Amino acid sequence: MVNAFRAGTIVAVMAATIGWFMVLRRQTFAGHTLSVVGFPGASGATLLGISAGLGYFVFCVGAALVIAALPRAGQHRQSEESALTGTLQAFLLACGYLFVALYKGFLNGVNALLFGSFLGITNSQVTLLFVVAIAALAGLAVIGRPLLFASIDPHFAAARRVPVRLLSVLFLILLGAATAEAAQITGALLVFALLVLPAATAQAITARPAASLPLAVAIALVVTWLGLLTAYYSPYPVGFYVSTFAFGTYCLVRFGRQLLDLTDCRPGGLLEEAG
Amino acid sequence: MTDERPAVIELSDAAVRVGGRTLWGGVDLTVRHGEFAAVLGPNGAGKSTLLKVLLGLLPSATGRVRVLDAAPGHAGRRVGYLPQRRSFDPGLRIRGTDIVRLGLDGHRWGLPLPGRGGRNAAAGTRVAELIELVGASAYANRPIGQCSGGEQQRLLIAQALVQRPELLLLDEPLDSLDLPNQSAIATLIGRICREQEVAVMMVAHDVNPILHHLDRVIYLAGGKAVSGPPGDVITSDTLSVLYGTRVDVLRASDGRMVVVGDPAAPAVHADASERGGMHHSAA
Ligand SMILES: Nc1ncnc2c1ncn2[C@@H]1O[C@H](COP(=O)(O)OP(=O)(O)O)[C@@H](O)[C@H]1O
Ligand SMILES: [Mg+2]
Repeated sequence: MVNAFRAGTIVAVMAATIGWFMVLRRQTFAGHTLSVVGFPGASGATLLGISAGLGYFVFCVGAALVIAALPRAGQHRQSEESALTGTLQAFLLACGYLFVALYKGFLNGVNALLFGSFLGITNSQVTLLFVVAIAALAGLAVIGRPLLFASIDPHFAAARRVPVRLLSVLFLILLGAATAEAAQITGALLVFALLVLPAATAQAITARPAASLPLAVAIALVVTWLGLLTAYYSPYPVGFYVSTFAFGTYCLVRFGRQLLDLTDCRPGGLLEEAG
Repeated sequence: MTDERPAVIELSDAAVRVGGRTLWGGVDLTVRHGEFAAVLGPNGAGKSTLLKVLLGLLPSATGRVRVLDAAPGHAGRRVGYLPQRRSFDPGLRIRGTDIVRLGLDGHRWGLPLPGRGGRNAAAGTRVAELIELVGASAYANRPIGQCSGGEQQRLLIAQALVQRPELLLLDEPLDSLDLPNQSAIATLIGRICREQEVAVMMVAHDVNPILHHLDRVIYLAGGKAVSGPPGDVITSDTLSVLYGTRVDVLRASDGRMVVVGDPAAPAVHADASERGGMHHSAA
């Protein structure tokens, strides 16, 4: 349980930070694909008798490189990219099913891979999570500002000699690593609970980057800790609780914002003015 | 207006090739310090491409191009740019202030969170100054996605100006604005050009809202360019030859010129396909 809290804390910080950029960049579909890809990665690794954590990293980062390498010429870039990404996702998911079928008597493990588990997290797993998270966050600390610039204003950024294409590749790799980490707590299917929901919630609360980024991390930490604690005293998977708490927070914030916008006629509401 | 002022843009016999065809060629053109120049022409004529050549994002196939006495792309922050764009996603939760700030230091490595210290305070002051200059103070702290098209355009002009450029390249900043907003933004740009002594090269679809601010017009059509003072270039004869259709230039009672005869008509096809493409990519 101590290791579960350690792992959860590391994962929450990393997933919320990288998810914050993902939500701004409108790359949630790529994030979704990477998370689904974690499933064949982990089940394949289990089939080969190596650690599932390694399988997550290899497949998620590998798929990130494939998405980054997809051709993106012409005006239909976005839709073409989505179609190719979706194709990749379907194929790899099918591979995951095959691996599960090949590995007989695996049923309990599948549940953990899809919906998360906090049982049996070893010291060495925590160390791996920690090292990857530190490397990814350090990388993000270096590229953060130009990445934000390139996400919001790619043409002007390119004119200012910001390496827009390189940044997008680097970001996809970071996203792959973040997805692989989050999948080990919430399971492959519920990665969005930590990747999207805290970031989306924080951005709904405030439009100030300096406030919404730390806020996203705080929300992710709270829902992860609460999720782990509740799952410890109940028979249901931890991914369910983390997702439910994150979703509940998001709904409350959206509802509160609607109320604020109704009472205060200016679009944007009160909170943006306070900065 | 004298021609003694130094040139900020100089093209001699420039040509550009994209996708294996020459878009325009044999272009000679000079824009001088503090001038307000408009680039006009039908859709697909290569107006945006001209700006990309000046930014050094595309090479000129022939001749010579100089921007602020340097090769294109080497004048750095001395050139401000407002790309042709569709408006920001309504769901984008970043304030206008942050967008302007990115124009100041977005290219620098590091975290997007503003730090502390003198440099940061100076940056904040500069951003506030620009927001004041373009008249965007009332909505600069709102998420940019919730600002109207005209408000977004003002903030983007502030972003392009925040590094004190000597040359401002604006790609269709009046696009998709209603008439009062078109005229307000045109007046703002004219005022900035005079007061801040910034040379402005602005791509426009319709010359009428900006005509009385202009020192120079550049018409791009049919693979060629014609440039000169508005009075010389905006004549029925020149425009009719360029567009290959009858174009009339009328003088209103207050002395203002008005271009009629739908000069964009030859581009209707290109226009339709471009919009179709945009629609598609947004889907
Ligand atoms: N990188 C490119 N590769 C191929 N064709 C291009 C490229 N960039 C622009 N074009 C083509 O060049 C033409 C002119 O484009 P553009 O400069 O955007 O025109 P305008 O801004 O005058 O409407 C268009 O037909 C466009 O499709
Ligand atoms: Mg254009």
